Amino acid sequence: MRVSGAFLPWLAAITAALLAWGLYDGLLVAPPDYQQGETVRIMYVHVPSAYLSMMIFGTMAFASAVALIWRHPVADIAAKASAPIGAGMTAAALATGMLWGQPMWGTFWVWDARLTSMLLLFFIYLGYMALWAAIDDPERAGKAAAILALVGSVNLPIIHFSVEWWNTLHQGPSVLVSGGSTIEGPFLRPMFIMIGAYTVFYFTVLIWRMHQEIIARRIRSLRLLQAQG
Amino acid sequence: MATYFEMGGYAWFVWPAYAFSAAIMVGLVVTSLTALRRDRKILDALEAANPRRAMRREAAAAATANSEEATSDA
Amino acid sequence: MTRKRQRMIFVVTGLISLGVATGLVLLALGDNLVFFHGPSEVVSEEFPPQRRFRLGGLVEEGSVKRNEDGLTVEFVVTDLVNVVPVTFTGILPDLFREGQGVVAEGRLGADGVFVATEVLAKHDETYIPADVVDALKAAGQWQGD
Repeated sequence: MRVSGAFLPWLAAITAALLAWGLYDGLLVAPPDYQQGETVRIMYVHVPSAYLSMMIFGTMAFASAVALIWRHPVADIAAKASAPIGAGMTAAALATGMLWGQPMWGTFWVWDARLTSMLLLFFIYLGYMALWAAIDDPERAGKAAAILALVGSVNLPIIHFSVEWWNTLHQGPSVLVSGGSTIEGPFLRPMFIMIGAYTVFYFTVLIWRMHQEIIARRIRSLRLLQAQG
Repeated sequence: MATYFEMGGYAWFVWPAYAFSAAIMVGLVVTSLTALRRDRKILDALEAANPRRAMRREAAAAATANSEEATSDA
Repeated sequence: MTRKRQRMIFVVTGLISLGVATGLVLLALGDNLVFFHGPSEVVSEEFPPQRRFRLGGLVEEGSVKRNEDGLTVEFVVTDLVNVVPVTFTGILPDLFREGQGVVAEGRLGADGVFVATEVLAKHDETYIPADVVDALKAAGQWQGD
């Protein structure tokens, strides 16, 4: 804990610096797209939040498996502390996607496989957080939530491959495709800077939240001790 | 400058997308830090009110101090 | 050690069976998860006039015709094998262009013309700086629309 505490100011500083660089590159340097014009700039906030929403849930599922198998309390705390960040990122991905869809596709929302599975991810996040809030005993809550995280992780490959498995209004994959990206460099650079910034942001907030969760558990056990006299 | 902010006529889509993203990130930072600060205060108060625990802490601190002395002596 | 192994086997088998179950459900749902149907499906399968569905494909080059009222548009949707003519009255999205993707919702008339009530643009995965395209066009090297 003390080690992560020493890293924290650096992580926060790196987040701020990367965000500033990404915003400058994405909003001022990057050119408009030949088809989508200036709306292409929504990509620099849409793609990082969509990526994080899935990466965070993958982390939570992994931590949940570790918590279930090895009973490691830190894994439990990491999963719990990640959830609100992931839910926020999913909401941001959905909102920025709607703001991009309206001018380009002609609609804020359609029920295609990509958008629907992404909305499902958002509700899984909410259900996960509700489960933690509903059960008082952290050990029991942790077990139930871990199972939900593992069950919910089935949705991750569905989100990723939805644009390949079914006809969707959402475009297909453009960065991770065989034969190289279909996005040209001037768009890719700000996108990757922003993905880096969002990732460091996640770890910064995660450490704050894990810190707080550890303190909250100590408070809980102290109060139980006091109640016993 | 004004034409820049118009975003080729898409200002009402581009800027709200950035504003929403910023609001989510600022919200996460603020809620996380206030909860951390609040719980730290509660824990400090509880530990101050619990002499048994505080004593154990002092004893532990004294023990480490002693062992440090011992190593520096040697 | 054995208890840990037991829990690990429990978690792994649980995940595998969950994955298989989900896969089966998705396989069974199959066609219902498809957002639109292509022209070849429309030509080879039965789409009765009372059935509302979405037609997706590319807007054929040179096929867009605007009527005198300025609101009704006729165009042809193609998958480069089969084609379906479409008529639509309303506002087209900004990205509606010949040679670009489109998804139209409506009904197939008895005359084989698809009457759309909503037209959405489906863009592809290609992103190119606008000034690069302008330069290519100026040099006569542009391969796109």
